[in-house]
Amino acid sequence: MSDSTIDPRSLRTPPRRPLRLSWSDERVRGIVWQVLVVGLVGSIVWWLWSNTVHNLEVRRIATGFGFLTREAGLPIAEHVIDYSPTDTYFRALMVGLLNTLKVAIVGIILATILGTLIGIARLSKNWLLAKLAAVYVEVIRDLPLLLQLLFWYAILQGLPGPRQAIHPMEGVFLSNRGLKLPWIEWQDGHSYALLMLILGAVATWLYRRQALARQMRDGRPRPVWPVGLGLTLGLPLVVWAAAGAPWTVDWPALRGFNFQGGLNVSPEYFALLLGLVLYTAGFIAEIVRAGIQAVALGQWEAAQALGLRSGQVLKLIVLPQALRVIIPPMTSQYLNITKNSSLAVAIGYQDIVSIANTTLNQTGQAIEGIAIIMLVYLTISLSISLFMNWYNARIALVER
Amino acid sequence: MQPFGPSLTRALSIAALGIGLALPLAAKAQAPAGAANTLDAVRARGSLICGVNTGLAGFAQPDSQGVWRGFDADYCRAVAAAIFGDPNKVRFVPTTAQVRFTALQSGEVDMLARNTTWTLSRDTSLGLDFTATNFYDGQGFMVKASAGVKSAKELEGATICVQPGTTTEQNLTDWARANRIRFTPVVIERLEELLSAYVSGRCDAYTTDVSGLAATRSAQQRPADHLILPDIISKEPLALGVRQGDARFADITRWVHFLLLSAEEFGITQANVDQMANDPRPEVQRILGKNGGLGEMLGLQNGWAVNVLKAVGNYGELFQRHLVPLGIQRGPNALWTQGGLQFSPPFR
Ligand SMILES: N[C@@H](CCC(=O)N[C@@H](CS)C(=O)NCC(=O)O)C(=O)O
Repeated sequence: MSDSTIDPRSLRTPPRRPLRLSWSDERVRGIVWQVLVVGLVGSIVWWLWSNTVHNLEVRRIATGFGFLTREAGLPIAEHVIDYSPTDTYFRALMVGLLNTLKVAIVGIILATILGTLIGIARLSKNWLLAKLAAVYVEVIRDLPLLLQLLFWYAILQGLPGPRQAIHPMEGVFLSNRGLKLPWIEWQDGHSYALLMLILGAVATWLYRRQALARQMRDGRPRPVWPVGLGLTLGLPLVVWAAAGAPWTVDWPALRGFNFQGGLNVSPEYFALLLGLVLYTAGFIAEIVRAGIQAVALGQWEAAQALGLRSGQVLKLIVLPQALRVIIPPMTSQYLNITKNSSLAVAIGYQDIVSIANTTLNQTGQAIEGIAIIMLVYLTISLSISLFMNWYNARIALVER
Repeated sequence: MQPFGPSLTRALSIAALGIGLALPLAAKAQAPAGAANTLDAVRARGSLICGVNTGLAGFAQPDSQGVWRGFDADYCRAVAAAIFGDPNKVRFVPTTAQVRFTALQSGEVDMLARNTTWTLSRDTSLGLDFTATNFYDGQGFMVKASAGVKSAKELEGATICVQPGTTTEQNLTDWARANRIRFTPVVIERLEELLSAYVSGRCDAYTTDVSGLAATRSAQQRPADHLILPDIISKEPLALGVRQGDARFADITRWVHFLLLSAEEFGITQANVDQMANDPRPEVQRILGKNGGLGEMLGLQNGWAVNVLKAVGNYGELFQRHLVPLGIQRGPNALWTQGGLQFSPPFR
């Protein structure tokens, strides 16, 4: 399109006709209809709402969100932030939310990795590998997730008790209480180092962008990794050393009924994560396979003919095109993992649904409890969607 | 049982509650207190819908024919017999601890006869009324006998299985705090799943009302492998519940319970109820509806008491039939004349 040929006068808006209050005026009709529809929907919502409030009052069911500041008294086994039963319902719900995020985020990452590997394996020229991948996908997708979760949880419960724990190496114990690992005692120095790691990663990313831009100009590739290594590894190490190189290992040890100290992966979390990852990987594998197969064979051949190495073919030619097919369905899988994580209730992992359910039972405020659950899932899902849409737009083929 | 049970039930009852609340009350004009009239609804439907446990031996559990058996199940039958003269006009709805209140609020069940502890907050903010304590209980702990634990105080550091949405989980945290005991909870809604976590050794202890412990213990393959610790950490008056503001229906459930107690007190049993009609004692005559018109005052027929007692027997018989075999003693549930807490106001 060459815009120089457009007569600028043609872009002017036509003069506004004065509104005639007549049914034959299209704009008047439009406004009337819109007012009617909005008014109708609004009054239905208002009617339902006022009925609800009235009925709750009549039935003496407590209402409002005042309960959020009351003491919860709930026991919660796993919490990312400090929590004790004397804390408020609000904090208990935050703990639940973080537990949901903990399983959803790790689940999304692991399912993506595993699913991609299986998807690629299904396309492998190795017959056995391809068949194994195909069987995996078929079996795992056909069994209800809830059954799989109960299955994994039952298996983990079948592990020996803490006294007979499986003890493959120093500090590692596997029992029906979960997986115990040694862990460093977290100190300020570690937080600083972690901060540096994040900053280093961002800096590396910026540096890479610059290096690529310069390569565009002069055609000379510049290796990014030395700088990246320095920024993401060297920098945190230096900061950690400067903070006095804190390093105390917290070894798990059997004391009384259970192991104390160290890092604990509970059977509930592990069963849920395992179930979600294995299940969703089956779907992701198919998405990845479809994405790769969607790239025309000619593209591979053309890239090879240009003399690109096979890694480069995948990275520069095939993946960018495959990703455009992969990302949108992948978004739904990520949403699925998040929503499916609510099956946690069945196996006693205390996610937001479990804690909100208990809250609504203890306070009797079902409507508020459900509203909180919906708000949480809506927010998480919209965030995932927004991020994936942004990413999708970024990698979309720019038509020139 | 199907694994989708509780979540689906919950979803349905919450949806029903939402819809029910969002629509105007059906009989707003006739019932200014706003209570839907449960008795009329039950009569019109032709059956009572009773919320019970999902399966707790001795209290409410389906037998091999799918017939609900147990102490609480018979309370449902007694109320049905009082209303219809027929103990079989009951539909049992299993409810987990979590969904029971929503099920009652939403109208999915007419009443709860389900190990539900009477507490102030439940009584005031859950839209329900407790009518009669049919079992005085307290919370305890059960451990594997092999663990060598003799008292709950020794549970420091233990992992404890507990059902969510119960007074049990709140008492547990209170008790642990007061006694400076640290514990790891395992919180699972479905009783079956929770018990399998305890049995498999995922938990060191299982805590609930002692009656529930006894019921669970008796249902294990080898009950002797499990030990109920002597410590009782709470008061659990397990009571019948109805929707708040429905005084008539509340009275019926309350007086069905008192009838069972009074019958025991005056020696009226399932077997002798017909002969007892000729008993000269005035209170017996009033109880059995020969005199006084008490049944009509409740909105029932005067023969209600005979129907109830013929259907299920008196309180002592119920206890003997369902709970004594589990090893549960009368204890505080003895009649007041025997030094217990079960006491019926006069039938007058
Ligand atoms: N009395 C306590 C606990 C009641 C309760 O739910 N007890 C458990 C264990 S005895 C039970 O009956 N579970 C049966 C089920 O979930 O179906 C309460 O009212 O919160």
